[in-house]
Amino acid sequence: MTTTAQEFLRRAAEKSADIVHRQIIRKNMDTYEEAVAQSRGRFQNWQSARERCQAIKRDAVEHLDHYLERFEAAVQARGGKVFWAETGEQARQYVLDLAAKHNVRTITKSKSMVAEEIHLTPALEEKGIAVFETDLGEFIVQLRNEPPYHIVTPAMHLTRAQIAELFKEKLGGIDTDDPVELVAAARVALRRAFFSAEMGITGANFLVADLGLVAITTNEGNADLGVTLPKIHVVITGIEKIIPRLQDLALFWPMLAGSGTGQPITVYNTLVGGPRGAGECAGPEEFHVILLDNGRTDLLADPEQREVLHCIRCGACLNACPVYRNIGGHTYNTTYSGPIGSVLTPHLRGLNQFQHLSYASSLCGACAEVCPVKIDLHHHLLENRRNAVNSADRPVSERFAFKMWKWAMGGAGRFAFAGAAGKLALRTLYALGMQGTALDPLGAWTKFRAAPPLPGKSFRAQWKEQNGGR
Amino acid sequence: MPKVALFIPCFVDQLMPQVGLDMAAVLRRVGYEVAFPEEQTCCGQPGFNSGYWNDARPLAERFLRVFRDCELIVAPSGSCTTMVRVFYPQLLADSPLAGEATQIGKRTFEFSEFMVAVAKVTDVGADFPHKVTYHDACHALRELHLKHEPRKLLARVRGLELVEMPFSEECCGFGGTFSTKFGMISSAMGDTKAGNAAKSGAEYVTSTDPSCLMQIDGILRRRNSPIRTIHIASILARTVPRSVGSMRREAR
Repeated sequence: MTTTAQEFLRRAAEKSADIVHRQIIRKNMDTYEEAVAQSRGRFQNWQSARERCQAIKRDAVEHLDHYLERFEAAVQARGGKVFWAETGEQARQYVLDLAAKHNVRTITKSKSMVAEEIHLTPALEEKGIAVFETDLGEFIVQLRNEPPYHIVTPAMHLTRAQIAELFKEKLGGIDTDDPVELVAAARVALRRAFFSAEMGITGANFLVADLGLVAITTNEGNADLGVTLPKIHVVITGIEKIIPRLQDLALFWPMLAGSGTGQPITVYNTLVGGPRGAGECAGPEEFHVILLDNGRTDLLADPEQREVLHCIRCGACLNACPVYRNIGGHTYNTTYSGPIGSVLTPHLRGLNQFQHLSYASSLCGACAEVCPVKIDLHHHLLENRRNAVNSADRPVSERFAFKMWKWAMGGAGRFAFAGAAGKLALRTLYALGMQGTALDPLGAWTKFRAAPPLPGKSFRAQWKEQNGGR
Repeated sequence: MPKVALFIPCFVDQLMPQVGLDMAAVLRRVGYEVAFPEEQTCCGQPGFNSGYWNDARPLAERFLRVFRDCELIVAPSGSCTTMVRVFYPQLLADSPLAGEATQIGKRTFEFSEFMVAVAKVTDVGADFPHKVTYHDACHALRELHLKHEPRKLLARVRGLELVEMPFSEECCGFGGTFSTKFGMISSAMGDTKAGNAAKSGAEYVTSTDPSCLMQIDGILRRRNSPIRTIHIASILARTVPRSVGSMRREAR
């Protein structure tokens, strides 16, 4: 087993047993689900809306090169710069070079999972640059020196009391658990950062191909300050965020909001597409878009799983996932957690290191059911498992066990004999008091649950007796 | 008399034989001639779900041969029906039997689905005077889209009071080898399910799927809960011998 898998098992065991954590997440999810149910009701037909979203994203991803070049040309025509980064390293270096060139000391960042993916903040901080997360949830987890717990709601795992304690310790002079006062305290801290920052970094929710626009969605307006106040705006995003036309936002904005938080539409939806133009009163002097590949074109080349690139990062699959609810976002130890993370990460960061995530699922399919672009998430987990068996390290004992299984199931006589022998062995061991000990062949089962009662005769034996083998 | 072939999942054969016998009894009661193709073993799902598609494939092909001449196939499991209907076409896409693989799913049914959609019977004359809650098994619900079928059948059982549990659609945590590979996560999910079942006030948890029930039962008994599990076929198989008086009343 790889060390990442061992670490995952350790953390998963810890969190699964953490009843307080389970209750916090359950409470948040209940509120979320209620809002989502309402948001679906606002569509005339939510199912056909998601089919439409799926069709649009399929078109976008199937013609990714065409749409990205169109986007690039439109941005360039307005004086913006587009950088194609094949790797995270290249993307990081581009930002570092830009910061060095302009002698940047302070950066405000609005929420970006791609920035997390390429570990941008630590690289900037290493150069002595102060980086401020300006999304409230991200601001909170940054104060805790933690990665985001969730791709949409980064501080979902914390209670108000914990946040009050954190602010008291880190912000100085704050001693309250009143949400309004806590938000006001964060706002004061962030305003200072906004006015001193030379560079604003944002992600992108959508890249609009026909007009070369970047669509950024927040509930706090933090991205809007980040794109207006600093003199340089850098957008960092994955290539799959493209949508063909401006009008597609009429569907995707409410779909993203509805699936992400249950809102009819997110509070601030902004379109930017270049530096401040002649006669314009706001906007940065320089506008850069970094289009990140970092393994995404490998997925593009795989027709079986290409649709994973349709993801709009709404987080609905995380919220629906009973595994996520029990083990929490940090246990995954990946940028993208939950079902989409388990499907995607082996492709982006290596099958061998991250294959365990595809196995850590009951394949219940709740994720695929809520996905607004209808990605067949749990079926892709099955394909990842097949890929792991075909080309990654699996335990030799497991490979042997399935060979034996195939052999035993290859004939009705063999199967009946194996079943009877197995039950006899179990019954004997259990009669000797071995249930739940190291010698219990069902130990992995009985550690957590009672053993199933063992019947005397199999179905086929009883059938034969009662029906004379008919 | 119409004929139906029993598809008895391997673990039902070995661990829960009564479920298969009860299903056969109900099918006979509503007028089917029931056969059990004895050469059947396992549909291949454990290997398929664990990524061992090459080991699962010969078993899927074997299943196709065993059930080749059966016009209607019924299983007391939404999960094993899903394997045949949903996953055989993908697993056997490059096999010489690819055509048969897509065809067989159209005549293979989960038991409650078969009763409602094929046999078109919802009242099977069952009697089960207990409070029962229904657990939506994931494969039955999300792969076969069976939500109302089992409930329609339960609604017609004499004396049975169907009480819904909160989050009946949430997974019980079984997930095949997931239950032993990631026992701590699986049992945490099972714990949530057992808690929700208890909230319903039911005496019994029922479902289309014996594997879910094995998980829920194991958790409930470990918690020393008085709630019991029972497969839907076993509920429908329960009848009380009618008294002479009641038969006379019916005859009138």
